[in-house]
Amino acid sequence: MNILWLQSAGCGGCTMSLLCAESPGVMDLLDGAGLRILWHPSLSVETGAPVRRLLEAVEAGEQPLDILCVEGSILRGPNGTGRYHMLSGTGRSMLDWVRALAPRAAHVVAVGTCATYGGVTSAGENPADAVGVQYDGAHPGGALPAGFTSRAGLPVINVAGCPTHPDWVTETLLLIAAGEMRAEALDGFARPRFYADHLVHHACPRNEFYEYKASATELSQIGCMMEHLGCVGTQAVGDCNIRTWNGEGSCTRAGYPCINCTAPEFEEPGHGFAETPKFAGIPVGLPSDMPKAWFMALASLSKAATPRRIGVNATADRITVPPTLRKPRP
Amino acid sequence: MSDRTLLVGPFNRVEGDLEIRLDVADGRVSAAYANSPLFRGFERILLGKQPQDALTITPRICGICSISQSAAAALALAACAGEQAAPEGARIAALLHGVENLADHLTHFYLFFMPDFARPEYAGRAWHDRAVARFTALQGSGLRAATEARAGLFHIVGLLGGKWPHTLAIQPGGVTRAPTARDKVRIGADLRAFRRFLEAELFGAPVEDFAALDGAGALDRWAGGDAGLFLSIAEDLDLAALGPGPGRLMSFGAYPGPEGTVFARGTWEAGRIGPLDPGDIAEDLSHAWMLGEAAHPEAGQTLPDAAMRAGAYSWCKAPRLAGRTMETGALARQAVDGHPLGRALAAEGGVRARVAARLLEIARTQIALEAMKAAIAPEAAFMRPLALPRQGAGAGLVEAARGALGHWCRIEDGRLASYQIVAPTTWNFSPRDASGTPGPVEAALVGAPVGPDEDTPLSVQHIVRSFDPCMVCTVH
Repeated sequence: MNILWLQSAGCGGCTMSLLCAESPGVMDLLDGAGLRILWHPSLSVETGAPVRRLLEAVEAGEQPLDILCVEGSILRGPNGTGRYHMLSGTGRSMLDWVRALAPRAAHVVAVGTCATYGGVTSAGENPADAVGVQYDGAHPGGALPAGFTSRAGLPVINVAGCPTHPDWVTETLLLIAAGEMRAEALDGFARPRFYADHLVHHACPRNEFYEYKASATELSQIGCMMEHLGCVGTQAVGDCNIRTWNGEGSCTRAGYPCINCTAPEFEEPGHGFAETPKFAGIPVGLPSDMPKAWFMALASLSKAATPRRIGVNATADRITVPPTLRKPRP
Repeated sequence: MSDRTLLVGPFNRVEGDLEIRLDVADGRVSAAYANSPLFRGFERILLGKQPQDALTITPRICGICSISQSAAAALALAACAGEQAAPEGARIAALLHGVENLADHLTHFYLFFMPDFARPEYAGRAWHDRAVARFTALQGSGLRAATEARAGLFHIVGLLGGKWPHTLAIQPGGVTRAPTARDKVRIGADLRAFRRFLEAELFGAPVEDFAALDGAGALDRWAGGDAGLFLSIAEDLDLAALGPGPGRLMSFGAYPGPEGTVFARGTWEAGRIGPLDPGDIAEDLSHAWMLGEAAHPEAGQTLPDAAMRAGAYSWCKAPRLAGRTMETGALARQAVDGHPLGRALAAEGGVRARVAARLLEIARTQIALEAMKAAIAPEAAFMRPLALPRQGAGAGLVEAARGALGHWCRIEDGRLASYQIVAPTTWNFSPRDASGTPGPVEAALVGAPVGPDEDTPLSVQHIVRSFDPCMVCTVH
């Protein structure tokens, strides 16, 4: 299978992240799965005229296309023209190119939260009128209509994340190559379920603090960040703490909150990214699938039951009270 | 008079979108126009936000200079509060930033710049077979080894910053994770692994030996590793003479920490190192699709000209220092820092100089990162409480891999009332200013040879890529 990769209005960080794939590296991974890069803006040798000829051949149907990957949001501004992002050398907007090329592809993959839902590029006043390839925030219908399906009969596959984990992208591509990427493999926002059926909370090393609502009050403290510091790992989809990033990393492991970057409209939480909105002192957001009354009851009970070790460590920047060791039997 | 006009784009193996228009006369570029064809409007997105939101939003300007943006935002916010980060926190921020810059230089050399020498157009050159083996796009053995080494190096950011790009670990008061003694030895192991790559593949010798080169003559004699291969290519193709810059270099100073910067702040011109006054910066809008007047970034605005008026040709503003174009990047940093090879390369000033200065900086940054690691004091505090004011203004000036990056912000009533960003490639790839003076890359392209059958001239590609442009940062 071949892959054409376009970088639309984003930061390029999903490609940069992709290059961090390991065991094996991204080039070996793609080779091994029979995936050939037709053109990629950061990696291929061709520049200028040969690229224009390639794009024209794909558009005309002369060059078959298996997978179109789009990274970055699609700009519709100013005034619906898309001219805030002209694909250089072509005199045409990226909006126009994506609409022209997507119907030619067997699969269309939106890489990153800009490409999937608009992402940070659509934050604030959204000056460039950015949308995702097939979503405008949480609403179906972006640069492509809500009903769009690629030649293989699927909607745009939304590999959301800001940035995407390299494995989310490579494994999506490997699943496509293996013929395993079917409609039921995608969740309600068209994200691959292999990572979107997990929550960032899963395997978070702060889980013991969470169990007791033993909370950090300032960034750099090691307690749970849900109550005060805006962490939405109990609601955000992603296997970040299961597979980890760049070796053994994740946002919560590094001491800052999960900001739900795999979700539509994460860029506008309605409050500071590192602060928890509260009503009458109680956090507004609830863990996914948790009934509110039970959450309140369990939280107050567990908070009252917090062991000293966990309470002290929660507001420290490192473990100061270690677990008590069981005394040897006499 | 120009014989023909060429439009070069999509221009790949640069970060982001770039279009270059060339007037060609007598087989040479007679005029060049650099267009940054993407406007996202981050400076407008930030307006009205809580100040600390800049720490989440600005790194996402750029997926390759993400930590640079993060560091600049944290410094600017701290400056608004009139405070500084905890000293040990600043050291970790510098370490994270240095890792990104080091990785970016490697990405540039192996993935962006060198693959052009594996092109069939160069078949028959004495070095071509080696270039094909090492640097063929997506395939070369050197390129693949570098990609793996880079992924390993980024484990340091995974450990201390959670992920790369787009960490939120760097804060105005310090960093969000206090490294332990165990973290410290793990970082040491990652740095040693990277050093092994550099010495086995890139330099073919200890990094100290490359860092000790004291001039162009010593550099000419360097034969080891992929650096040696590049130097022999550069000699054969006379890359030293290709793409001269404006001869004025500028650095904001890299890695501010408790002991000052690692690489100094200042300017370089005609062999002399001088001071830099950020108050002399102004962004000219005469040839940008922007409305308003030229202004210092403290007073600047971002009002896109949706009509895309004729006469303007880029979304990029044109920053000038005291009215003059400046080149920024590793070449500037190494010259301004007074390194003897850096100064010699600055005097040379072309494609070879930019790439060799990056190689020099790779060697020196590896050494600097090892020292930063050794200085980590796990018992220290890495964050200090720092309250942002309801009113205030401040600037964060740092060095991204590609050069001087500045954030200027103003807080009013607890919200961002102004946020202006001038990125390295904004300087290097700026359009003409009101006096008609072309930006640095536009000037560097004049005189580049263009073959009669070329529609995407190789010389132009070498020159443009030698600057390592980051177009997503440029306009933001």
